[in-house]
Formats: sequence, C-alpha cells, structure tokens
Amino acid sequence: MPAFELPTVDFSKPLPSRDGTRLIQFREALREAMSEEMRRDPRVFLMGEEVAEYHGAYKVSQGMLEEFGPKRIIDSPISENGFAGMAVGAAMYGLRPIIEFMSWSFSLVAADPILNNVPKMLYMSGGQWGCPVVFRGNDGAGGQLGSTHSWCVEGLYANVPGVKIVIPSNPYDAKGLLKTAIRDDDPVFFLESERMLGDKAHVPEEEYYIPFGQARVAREGDDCTLVSFGRPVNFCLEAAAELENDRISVDVLDMRTIRPLDIDSILTSLRKTNRLVVVDQCWPFASIASEVVTQVCERGFDWLDTPPVRVNTEDVPTPYAKGLEYAYLPNKDKIAAAVRKTLG
Amino acid sequence: MPIKTVYTAQIDHLQILDENGVLDEKLAKDTLTDDQVRYLYEFMITCRTLDEVAFKLQRSGRMGTYPQNKGQEANAIGSGFAAKKGVDFLVPCYRENAALFLHGLPMHYILLHWMGDERGNQIPEGVNMTPLSIPIGTQMLHATGIAWAFKLRKEARVAITYFGDGATSEGDFHEAMNFASTLQVPVVFYCQNNQWAISVPRENQMNSETVAQKAIAYGMPTIQVDGNDLFAVYKATRDAVERARAGGGPSFIEAVTYRLADHTTADDARRYRDPNEVEAWMGKDPIIRLRKFLEGKGLWNADLQAAHEEKSRAIVAEVIKTAEGIAKPSTDDIFDFTYATLPAELEAQKRTMRTASLAQEPQQAGLNNPVNA
Repeated sequence: MPAFELPTVDFSKPLPSRDGTRLIQFREALREAMSEEMRRDPRVFLMGEEVAEYHGAYKVSQGMLEEFGPKRIIDSPISENGFAGMAVGAAMYGLRPIIEFMSWSFSLVAADPILNNVPKMLYMSGGQWGCPVVFRGNDGAGGQLGSTHSWCVEGLYANVPGVKIVIPSNPYDAKGLLKTAIRDDDPVFFLESERMLGDKAHVPEEEYYIPFGQARVAREGDDCTLVSFGRPVNFCLEAAAELENDRISVDVLDMRTIRPLDIDSILTSLRKTNRLVVVDQCWPFASIASEVVTQVCERGFDWLDTPPVRVNTEDVPTPYAKGLEYAYLPNKDKIAAAVRKTLG
Repeated sequence: MPIKTVYTAQIDHLQILDENGVLDEKLAKDTLTDDQVRYLYEFMITCRTLDEVAFKLQRSGRMGTYPQNKGQEANAIGSGFAAKKGVDFLVPCYRENAALFLHGLPMHYILLHWMGDERGNQIPEGVNMTPLSIPIGTQMLHATGIAWAFKLRKEARVAITYFGDGATSEGDFHEAMNFASTLQVPVVFYCQNNQWAISVPRENQMNSETVAQKAIAYGMPTIQVDGNDLFAVYKATRDAVERARAGGGPSFIEAVTYRLADHTTADDARRYRDPNEVEAWMGKDPIIRLRKFLEGKGLWNADLQAAHEEKSRAIVAEVIKTAEGIAKPSTDDIFDFTYATLPAELEAQKRTMRTASLAQEPQQAGLNNPVNA
C-alpha cells in the first residue's frame, strides 16, 4: 500500500504559554485540532452520527464539511458497531480515522471492534497491523441525561491493554492532546464532556502537541495531593480555592491521560504532601481511583501519613433527577471534605 | 386507492458443473481454461491433503484447535482465483485457507497460527490479506472499511470478505452490508453457506428461503451459487469483482456448500448430524466432480492422481517441517506487540516479567521511581 509518512512529533519543543487572550470554547479547540491535522494529512477523516450536515450533535465539527467535503466528513447511519468496525479496516489499510461517538455511552454497542479488535490487532498479528484510530465523544454524567446516557467509560475501558486513554479538563489541553492522539500510531480513546464543551480559555493559534503520560500541576500546595482527570479537575480547583481560606494548600494534578498513567508525578507530589485524595467521576468499585491508590500503596506507602481517600460517584446507576445527579457526582464539597479527612 | 406492488425480487441459482462432472458449456464460456482447471484441481488436492494432515496434527497433540476446510475448497479456490493477486484484498474468517495460499500466503503460516503463534498472522509483504478473524462476523466491517480506504484513495482494488451462514445472524453482517451499499464501496461479501452454525442447522438460524435474499434489503446485487462447483464460484466472484472495480459497488454471493468435517477439532458433528445427510453431500464433493470432468476430457487419469497425491504428501510434509522448525516466540513479543511504541511501564514489565505487582522489586524493575531514588 502507498506509504504516507509524517515526521515524528517533536515533544522536546516547549509548549506555548497558557496565558493569553485568545479565548475560545472547548469545542472550538477540538475542531481546531482536527482541522489542523486534516489539512496536513489526507489520510485523516471524521465519521460519526450527525458530524457533517448537522455539524455534530454538539457542534464540534461546525464548518468542517464545508472545508473538507463529504468524503472526509462523513455522516454515518445510526450504527456504532458498524462505523467503529469500518474504522478498524480503514486504519489497517493506512487511513487515520477519527470516529465520533455522540456519547461514549453508545460505544457499548461497539464493544467488539473497540475492545476486541482495536487494542489487539497489533498484538494478534505479531506486531504487523496497527489500528491508529481516534475514538472521541462525550463521556460522563452531569447533563441530566439519565442512567443509560451518562456513562463514564474510563473505568471500564482502562482495564484493556493496547489502547491509550486521554481525558482533558480544559480547552488548551484538549487541542494539544487531540493533535497528539491523531498523530499517535496506537488507538486512542479521547474522552470529552458535554458539560465542558462551552468552557472558554486561552488556546494558542499555533500548533502544539502535548505528550501523553505527563500530568500537569494545575495548582501547587503542600498539605495534600489532589489527583484527578477530566471534568472533576475543575471541581478540585474550586475545592482548593475554598480550602485556601482555611490555610490548607493542595497540589492539584491533572493527569490528562489515564493510559499511560503518570504515576511518577503523583509520587513526586506525595513526597511533599504525604497525603492523597483521588477524584474520579466513575463508580468506585475497581475504578481508576482504585488503581491510583493501589499503585501509590505499592510504590509510595512509606510516604503516606494518612490513608488515601477516593472521591468517586455513589455506587448506584446515574440518577436522572437534577438534585440527585448532583448529589451522586463528585463535587467541590465532597472533595474539600476528603482533603480535610486526610489532614485529620 | 388500489394496492400496488412496489417491489419484487428473485434469487438466481447458478450451477455450471454438476455433481456428475457434466459442464454447461454455454454458461462455462469465458470462465476457466482446461489448463486452469487442471492447475486448480491439483491445488485443491494439495489443500485437502494439508487439511487432513492438520486434523491429525491436532489429534496427536502437535497443534491446537483446527477448523477443517474439507468439502468447501471450491469456494476458496474459485473465488480466490477470481480476485487479482497482489492487487485485491482477502479478508477471511477461518475456513478459506486455499484462497489465502493462492494469493501467496505460505502454507506453514496457517499451521503456525493454529499451533498458537501470532507470527502466523504476520502477513508477508505483497500478500494482500488481513489476519484470520476468529470472532464471528467482525471481519465484514473491516473489509468494508478497507474498501472505503480503496475508494478514498482512488485505488482500483476490491476486498473480498468470507463468512459463514451463521455470521449472517450477527449485527456486524447487517451493519457491514448497509455501510457498503450506502457508501458504494468495492467489496464482495462471500457467504459460505455450509448449512451448519456449529450444531444449529440453517433452517433454525433464519426463516428466509435463502441467505442471498438478505442482500436485497441492502439494494445489492446478489446471487446463489453451487459452492461445490468451481466454475460457478469463479464466474459469480469474477463478475462481482469486475463490477466492484468498475465502480459498481458491493455484491453478495451465497455459496451453497457443506462442511464435511466437524466445526472444529473441538467438535463432534456425529452427535447432531444425520449420517445420511453427510453421506449425500459426500457425493457432491468438489474434488469428485472436478476429477470426473477432467477425466471425461482426457486430461486426468488414475496414474496422474496417484502421482499428484504423492507430490501433495511431500509438499505437506515439508510445510509441517517448516512450521515445527520455527523457534518458539520470545516473551519479549508479548510486550513489543502491544503498542506501536513500548510504554515505559511495559518496558519495566518486559525486563522483569513482573506484571502482578511492580512494588515487589521496583528498583529491579528499573522504574524511575522518585520514592526509591
């Protein structure tokens, strides 16, 4: 098959400043990342429900049909298993599909391609057939969508080796991480949040790539290490601001990727604070938070002054009612209480 | 308002060489030459020999579970021969070995695969096929995606995907058919209807008269052929491939055939199949009718048969020797083949094989661990 190679991404290049006045929405940052990569690489295409004529159910792909045409921005039938499976074939033949799940909740009907083909194809072909597909879409509760449409898939899918899982918490990271995901030679699950698509922040116009497996220190402090990823990072920052009033200062680590997991940054912070709270919007049982706590106990037990605390959702199906959904999710108050608990 | 008929359909059945070796000359026109038929017949015998020896290898503990191809070879050979080697792509399941061999896959790769070695799926450069797909139906979507890539890249290639009657009950089948026809991509869906989904007979799997009619719902050209007739399989596949290459989109072929052996070596079909049914299909074996045809034309005889069987045994012996002579895979492989670039965490596990708990000897694992620095 015809070769089309791009130079390897140079991650040694310093990232542009996060400060600035180019305020754009999270959804625009995602669009910018996809569009920049599609202009560079004719192998990249976007497929999913409503991505073309309707500009995406959440308007992430606004204007992309007009720029790239119907052969690269493709409205699919309502057939998640179908387009996820097709993406496997297209990637095996050298294309770089971006597959949009309107919600990651709908990816459950595509379990065979995304869990049984994509992560294993390279392995089962003795290193020959990679599947560089980016699957992206909305993940997590908070929009009062009811239990079946509010899945947090990271806890479920992170168990499977062979994929990379990316979960940004802000527009700046969304752009840099999605660009890295599209350039990556492995399959990537990219988890967005419908609740954050309208969030605005400075996003540099220039191109930049954020390496996977490198947490960001979102706030510095000495008393406790707060570890989170995705939307709850923002709740951690709210809690940290409130705790500051009581002269409690915390490190907030935004993991940015779950696989690979930057456990070293967590351990570095722990050496300073000796206390740990992990905030995770998935159910508590066998969650990412559980994994973080386990690895910390295995590798940093002596640095813990108090037992680590997890803040997950309640261990029940996601409630539909607004008040109940809020009560079920991690929030600022639960996080602040958890930090106080570690401090005794 | 009167009731109007808005759609009618029919399914054609194509047979060119009957089970007595009698050829319909008119339908056979412009299909296979005598030389080609003889070459493919000899090839079929070699593949049957390999298939039977593979069964024995499993029984003697030298190979894992194996699905025999016995009785269905005309499908793989006729369709494989109709596709352009080195141009078109085969997207197989696991009962069309001969097509893969025709397209250049060395025979020992198939044995290596069923001996439990992923390297049997490291397809050699220039052989256009995807790895064997063992989950039922999965590969039809992959084929559609590959065909989509052909179309996007404006390459005059066609993908042929293989599956059984059982797979047409899967959602993957319907989703692949729908996508392929909606996007009009160059893919041929080749269904080997061998009458049995392990122990479930066709009539208990579906309430349609034919498998072929399922394609009508997707607006796709469809035909039923005698899958034990090399000529019919070749002609139907060639027509479908040419149509796809010319931009005519996907086609469906239902090939009526029969699994003469068990589903796999893990199965015993005697427990659920009527021996009279099996006996009747033995008489429709593609090898028998091809031999009758060639003998009738004076192109084959008992001596040639004996000589070729001898040659096939020698070829297969060599294939087994090659497969068994390959050194066992290294434990490095399980780490190296998981990601395109080995992540640091796996690098450490690779060095220690300590997958359960890196805490036991973190320094031995070579982790950049600030706590132990």
